[in-house]
Amino acid sequence: MQELINRAKELLADGTVARVLGWKAGDLPYNPEPAYFETAESLKDFVYNGFCGANLSKYMIEASKLEGKTLVCLKPCDTYSFNQLIKEHRVDREKAYIVGVGCKGKLDIERIKKQGIKGIESIEGAEITDEAETLKIQTIYGEKTCAYADAMLERCHVCKGKDHMVYDELIGDSKETKDAERFDEVARIEAMSPEEKFAFFRNELSKCIRCNACRNACPACSCRKCVFDNNKFDSSQKANVDTFEEKMFHIIRAFHVAGRCTDCGECSRVCPQGIPLHLFNRKFIKDIDELYGEYQAGADTESKAPLTNYTFEDAEPSIVGKRG
Amino acid sequence: MQRIGVFVCHCGSNIAATVDVKKVVEMAQMEPGVVHAEDYQYMCSEAGQAKIAAAIHEKKLSGVVVCSCSPRMHETTFRKAAERAGLNPYMVEIANIREHCSWIHKDMEEGTKKAVILMRAAVAKVNLNAPLQAGESRVTKRALVIGGGIAGIQTALDIADAGYEVDIVEKTPSIGGRMSQLDKTFPTLDCSACILTPKMVEAAAHEKIKIYTYSEVDKVSGFVGDFTVDIRKKARSVNMDKCTGCGVCQEKCPSKKAPSEFNRGLNTRSAIYTPFAQAIPNVPVIDRDACIKFKTGKCGLCSKVCQAGAIDYDQKDEIITEKYGAIVVATGFDTINLEKYDEYAYSQSKDVITSLELERVMNAAGPTHGHLERLSDGKAPKEIVFIQCVGSRCSDDRGKPYCSKICCMYTAKHAMLIRDKYPDVNVTVFYIDVRTPGKNFDEFYRRAVEQYGVNYIKGQVGKVIPQPDGKLLVQGSDLLDNRQILKEADMVVLATAIEPNPDVRRIATMLTASIDTNNFLTEAHAKLRPVESPTAGIFLSGVCQGPKDIPETVAQAGAAAVKAIGLLAKDKLMTNPCTAQSDILLCNGCSTCENVCPYGAITYEDKEVNDHGIRETRRVAVVNNALCQGCGACTVACPSGAMDLQGFSNRQILAEVDAICR
Repeated sequence: MQELINRAKELLADGTVARVLGWKAGDLPYNPEPAYFETAESLKDFVYNGFCGANLSKYMIEASKLEGKTLVCLKPCDTYSFNQLIKEHRVDREKAYIVGVGCKGKLDIERIKKQGIKGIESIEGAEITDEAETLKIQTIYGEKTCAYADAMLERCHVCKGKDHMVYDELIGDSKETKDAERFDEVARIEAMSPEEKFAFFRNELSKCIRCNACRNACPACSCRKCVFDNNKFDSSQKANVDTFEEKMFHIIRAFHVAGRCTDCGECSRVCPQGIPLHLFNRKFIKDIDELYGEYQAGADTESKAPLTNYTFEDAEPSIVGKRG
Repeated sequence: MQRIGVFVCHCGSNIAATVDVKKVVEMAQMEPGVVHAEDYQYMCSEAGQAKIAAAIHEKKLSGVVVCSCSPRMHETTFRKAAERAGLNPYMVEIANIREHCSWIHKDMEEGTKKAVILMRAAVAKVNLNAPLQAGESRVTKRALVIGGGIAGIQTALDIADAGYEVDIVEKTPSIGGRMSQLDKTFPTLDCSACILTPKMVEAAAHEKIKIYTYSEVDKVSGFVGDFTVDIRKKARSVNMDKCTGCGVCQEKCPSKKAPSEFNRGLNTRSAIYTPFAQAIPNVPVIDRDACIKFKTGKCGLCSKVCQAGAIDYDQKDEIITEKYGAIVVATGFDTINLEKYDEYAYSQSKDVITSLELERVMNAAGPTHGHLERLSDGKAPKEIVFIQCVGSRCSDDRGKPYCSKICCMYTAKHAMLIRDKYPDVNVTVFYIDVRTPGKNFDEFYRRAVEQYGVNYIKGQVGKVIPQPDGKLLVQGSDLLDNRQILKEADMVVLATAIEPNPDVRRIATMLTASIDTNNFLTEAHAKLRPVESPTAGIFLSGVCQGPKDIPETVAQAGAAAVKAIGLLAKDKLMTNPCTAQSDILLCNGCSTCENVCPYGAITYEDKEVNDHGIRETRRVAVVNNALCQGCGACTVACPSGAMDLQGFSNRQILAEVDAICR
């Protein structure tokens, strides 16, 4: 982390960048938040640790409009989102100085809490420089431990890889964290009967409080004005007559990001209700892979996305229809 | 608030027998915005239209809903009627309560319920309709014909004779198509080449016709009246301006092993070749896959012997971009692959051939110089069996469900010709049905049976078994006599099903012309618009639309030409005002719409915007209304809803859905 701060100071000093987009400590030991730093001394608040899950690429939409370049810290998975935003002309590559930061998996406080660890005062072993396999957690009930891997976000267990897709320089080492198959969970749901599927999603989506966190964090949900906020459409902020309305929000959102979602997992990470929202998007990705050939949104900025491009090899609608 | 009139048509008993039209009228009166509702026997009649006009005047209607047949039938009628009465024609909506309701339901109560729902949806839409103005677009007075067979040639000649420029694009090195491969034609038994080649020559010599052979359509953009087409002239390796067509290159070419496409692979040709003697143009092409010079770099014999210096090994594919007002598809057919019909031993014996191969065998320019002989040993056959419906009228997915239409007649022709020329040869035909509608067709078939003694057996062949002595054992059944037949034959001829040229899928996609499950191009209306594609400006000629014989093909080719001429004769076309529009304040500039637009109608520009006081330059989508065809692909792809289709806005469609779900 110190290496990162030192380099940021250099780049601020020589005028390469006008500001740094990173993370600063939050009010709890496990909730650092995205922050801008414009001076060398403000960087004393800069943090980068296992809890810095937030994908900063979306912030570059606004940062692209500012004077001068912005140094932005992007983890390997964040760079897919950034590329996708370049493809959609939403960010200006020239306005970003991308520092690809190392990643050894990001932590999910909910997973730690689920292990019965409560009253957390401090956590050791979450620093990016730490080699520790376990987290040492000081709580008001005394010291507890938890394996790093057991505290990781779901998305890190199915990590797309630790290579940065776009960067100006790389700082910090990464560690492979993939130990599960990305589409296993989707396949499990696909195997359910329609009634079971419906029950599963109705149960999950019934928890939604419509806080819009998923939408606001999602780098693919980058519309200037979301259809759900636009009174030009009758769908906007409609009073919820029944729980079905909530379902429609998530289903419409999944359709809107289909083919553009990089599977960064922010929707599920930020959901305060713990709804596995990424499963919708991952189902689309699985279908796209199977029907049109493997495609990873954001792997590059040039390729044509299968859903917005026609080829003679495209699956016939009848085949798509048969799948369900 | 709109003042809407609802007009419910009985369509005689077509609608009224299944839908309680009075009930629909009664329910319509309760819909928001509806100030007038009535029913009538035939709304499309003069009297019906007069009722609409009268109501527009008397009730000061601002919108009209007609509950009647499909908008494909009478939308224009009602829009014109409303326009004459002073209403904007786009304030008229059709609720299709015939095709979508009365025709497909039996229960009056259910049918009425649905008709009411469809009426409600249309009323909900009209409540949000706004007057639209049609624009104008120009017409390029030149037609493109894809395919240079008899259909394409005839269409081109007819268009050219009307005074319009026509280009023919033909994939193979010569025009002529399947008809050039036929020996004799039914029902008059005149020589196919003798009647075709004059037409080929006429087309080639016509000052209004330009022929691109050995060429393919690469890309099509634009729309009716204004298509832009990229034609790929494949490298011929022979300079067409220099070549004199002397043929020395073909004689001297040492590579003579390539299967002759023209003779259906029954013999071989040289690597540099013209497909047949009367080819137009009479300029050979080099088959680069077969040519020794291209394969090894050595040889170059054709270049040495060519007095004209026409051989050009470095020639490259050339792309020609041309504008057209109308496009006629005449891509024709091929016979199906017989690999799924191995019971007939086509792949096992050289003496089992398709009827098209028999055409070549019987032809003087064919592999046997017109002598009827077995291809395995050159012996004269004494016993020939014809099998009908191979792959046609097939109920499983091995073959085609349709009747190929031409086989009964050409089989009668073959049988007759063989019996005439070789009276010692016995000819047996296995058939399911003999279908010979057409002028002088049944008489022709009767002649084969009665005058020439061809043995017709009603029944199918189960198996053809090649025997060690070279004979073919045919196992079939005689359904009329109810007995099994085992028959030794020297030759078996399969009346193989025909299918549209496989290229048609690619071409149809480029033209956004629809095709059916059998890959035949769909007509705009099966009965009333049989030579037009539903895509405006695209016309259908010949077998690409469905199986046809030569007289029918020529008739349809002429009909397609007339339709194309009708279009080319216009100076301007009214454009569809239902085009997309982008709301620049909502546009993200993401290019999704540009990627999905099939017409290239969307571009992006940096525009100064004032978004509630925030002034900035944004990359936003701009729709070219002349190019936009109103397909709506962009509106569904746009994540922010910035793209909307006039006349079919998102709000209108959602209002319809809401009305249906109410």
